[in-house]
Amino acid sequence: MKAKEILSKYGIVLVLVIMVALLCIVSPNFRKPANLMNVLLQACIFGILALGMTLVIIGKGTDLAVGSTLALCAVICASFGQKATASGKIFPNMPELPIIVPILIALIVGVAVGLVNGAFIAFTGIPAFIATLGMQTIARGFALLYSGGKPVSSLIPAFKTIGSGRVFGFLPVPVLIYIICIAVTWVLLNNTRFGKRVYAIGGNMQAAEVSGINVKKMILLINAYMGLLAGVAAVVFVGRTQSAHPGAATGYELTAIASTTIGGTSQSGGIGTVWGAVVGALIFSVLRNGMTILGIDAYWQQIVEGFVVIIGVVIDMRKNARKA
Amino acid sequence: MANDEYLLRMVDVEKTFPGVRALKGVNLNVKRGEVHALCGENGAGKSTLMKCLIGIQPVTSGEIIFDGKSISHYNTADALNMGISMIHQELSPVEYRPIMENIWLGREPVGKFGLVDHKKMYEDSKEVLKQIDLDIDPKTLMVNLTVAQMQMVEIAKAVSYNAKLIIMDEPSSSLTEREEQQLFTIIRRLKAEGRSIIYISHRLEEIFEVADTVTVFRDGTNVGTAAVKDITTEQLIAMMVGRPMDDMFPKIDTDKEGIVLKVEHLSHHKYFKNVSFEVRKGEILGFAGLVGAGRTEVMETIFGIRPHTEGQIYLHGKPVEIHNPGEAINMGISFLTEDRRGTGIFPLLSIDTNIAIPNYDKYLTKLGLVDQKAVDEACAKYVEAIEIKTPSLKQKIMNLSGGNQQKVLLARWLMTEPDVLILDEPTRGIDVGAKAEIYQLMSELASQGKCIIMVSSELPEVIGMSDRIVVMHEGKITGILENGPDITQEVLMRYATGTDDDF
Repeated sequence: MKAKEILSKYGIVLVLVIMVALLCIVSPNFRKPANLMNVLLQACIFGILALGMTLVIIGKGTDLAVGSTLALCAVICASFGQKATASGKIFPNMPELPIIVPILIALIVGVAVGLVNGAFIAFTGIPAFIATLGMQTIARGFALLYSGGKPVSSLIPAFKTIGSGRVFGFLPVPVLIYIICIAVTWVLLNNTRFGKRVYAIGGNMQAAEVSGINVKKMILLINAYMGLLAGVAAVVFVGRTQSAHPGAATGYELTAIASTTIGGTSQSGGIGTVWGAVVGALIFSVLRNGMTILGIDAYWQQIVEGFVVIIGVVIDMRKNARKA
Repeated sequence: MANDEYLLRMVDVEKTFPGVRALKGVNLNVKRGEVHALCGENGAGKSTLMKCLIGIQPVTSGEIIFDGKSISHYNTADALNMGISMIHQELSPVEYRPIMENIWLGREPVGKFGLVDHKKMYEDSKEVLKQIDLDIDPKTLMVNLTVAQMQMVEIAKAVSYNAKLIIMDEPSSSLTEREEQQLFTIIRRLKAEGRSIIYISHRLEEIFEVADTVTVFRDGTNVGTAAVKDITTEQLIAMMVGRPMDDMFPKIDTDKEGIVLKVEHLSHHKYFKNVSFEVRKGEILGFAGLVGAGRTEVMETIFGIRPHTEGQIYLHGKPVEIHNPGEAINMGISFLTEDRRGTGIFPLLSIDTNIAIPNYDKYLTKLGLVDQKAVDEACAKYVEAIEIKTPSLKQKIMNLSGGNQQKVLLARWLMTEPDVLILDEPTRGIDVGAKAEIYQLMSELASQGKCIIMVSSELPEVIGMSDRIVVMHEGKITGILENGPDITQEVLMRYATGTDDDF
């Protein structure tokens, strides 16, 4: 009974471990430390998005706009981080700025987009699905408009440090940023009033209102946090690619939602964990990396990923149904 | 046997749910062409009986004889085809489809190629609507109709099934007086056509106006049937409430000093008008009335869930404006809602979160994080004090019994340390043992100087627990009574039905 409980709660971790173990056995290339670190590195960007998505979905929302929010943050961020000598600059006369400026700007843009999403949902009462579906196109449009449809590149060297630097000689900076985001989100969700209220409004919105929770404010804050993480992910993205393409990160929202869902966060709200989102993101990263190393056709990879999401959720729902 | 005097005979019908005997051997006989009223308190078994009759639930034992045939093991579709239709209290039309598609839903007439024959549907609908004198184009969308008109469409649907028996569950509860008269006209017409009507209602005037026979339900059984022309209002009320009082109510004498909450001329554009009352320290103020009298809405307004159009609320003598529940809680008002599942519990969350959710501000560390250890200690204290039966604080609340869930919610509101505790139907749907414990707790709280407002539809509870009783009828206060030996259920029922009115 006890073992069964643990299995149903942490089964997804077991799946990850088995996947990694199998791949390590069958593929010498997979088990190389450099590749394993690569798996982590590849998980960072949508992993960070999945953390915010976890909060959003626990609070009975969704965010279909994070991919294009990331792109918008990225092009604006990059435009403030171009070298003085870069050609075709967005701000031709702007001197080189310290790295903190583009970073802060990315975060501010992210939060602003999140607040707009939240405001539409909270004050007009339209479903989050619709509000963020609209924002998906709007943010993408602004990104294209801002950059003139061209990639923003020729960035100051500090971005290289963010993208490929290492701390203590082994830990890639993006992974460090991911770990920090995990820790902050963890504390936020488990140890603050805010976190308790996220679960409450997702679990029973009317009861939350009666309990004195300002539900509208909560929706604003939750979406703002999602936006903040989209800004963080954008900075990592710019660092990794050394440029910002306005068409980048298409479909990232789906990977983020899928990671969250695989990790056990319920689409009906009120249930979900930070570690689930991390494990979910890692499963996706391992899956992609492993399939590539095994030489599986990229088109087949997509098909497999789709099935993994569906099967994962079917198993999760059965688990919950049995309990009820 | 088609010339049987009775269209419907239900003989010794029993229905048990796990742990509850909802129907304890009910007998009901409905004649052909009569309007047969059913009345009784909520939970007396009327709805369960009707659910069994229309095939939503099977009976546990007993026999149903309809139109001379014993019937069993049927579903609602079979019931419709046999000629039993029900107009539910909460109508659920397909709102954005026309009347005609609603009438023929699920049995649309089809033409040659299996396509829907809209022309026939239209003509047939017109015919049915004419039968009940409803002059609306069948192509009108349901959403554009008034509630009364939707009800008429439901009746038309019943007629279209050629129903011999039409059950109406509190059909007048959302109708204006004029619409009500129209409804009665149609009922009389249906009756003249030889159809029988089962009419469920709380309103005595209506029963006397439209029914031929009345059967009273109490505690899962029928306690009496009478021809309406042979009985008086008083006799009917006596039949409805004639239950001995249990000594479940441990009243403690308290000093009642100082008005804590005072409400003056509070009005809402829809639900209530000119409501004034006050509650003192250590007092339990009961709010009696029938369902829909506006009691819950008054409480929701005081708690900031609904806006009010007129009137003033005073706390400790000072006028206050309360815009949302958060403000109410900060001012020392707590509100245990009547709908435990809908607006009370967070089913998926643990007991400690359910208790602490409005209270986290009190348990923070210096960094502003939640001090979970302090929360757990505080919750454990309440769990022990009010004897919530659970293996652990981390148990999900949905795994507890109804009574224990209710106690968790009480703990939630007690933790906010309120001066005014509003309890809306505090013992609804919980077993007798847990009820007695909640009464005990209420008495203790009052003796500690809290003031308690208890909205309740159970008259014995109101009489057993209250110091004073406010009775409401259709959005107005009809009486504020000092509780005493002369306050009986009959007295309250007279005020609740609007027969007596002191204002």
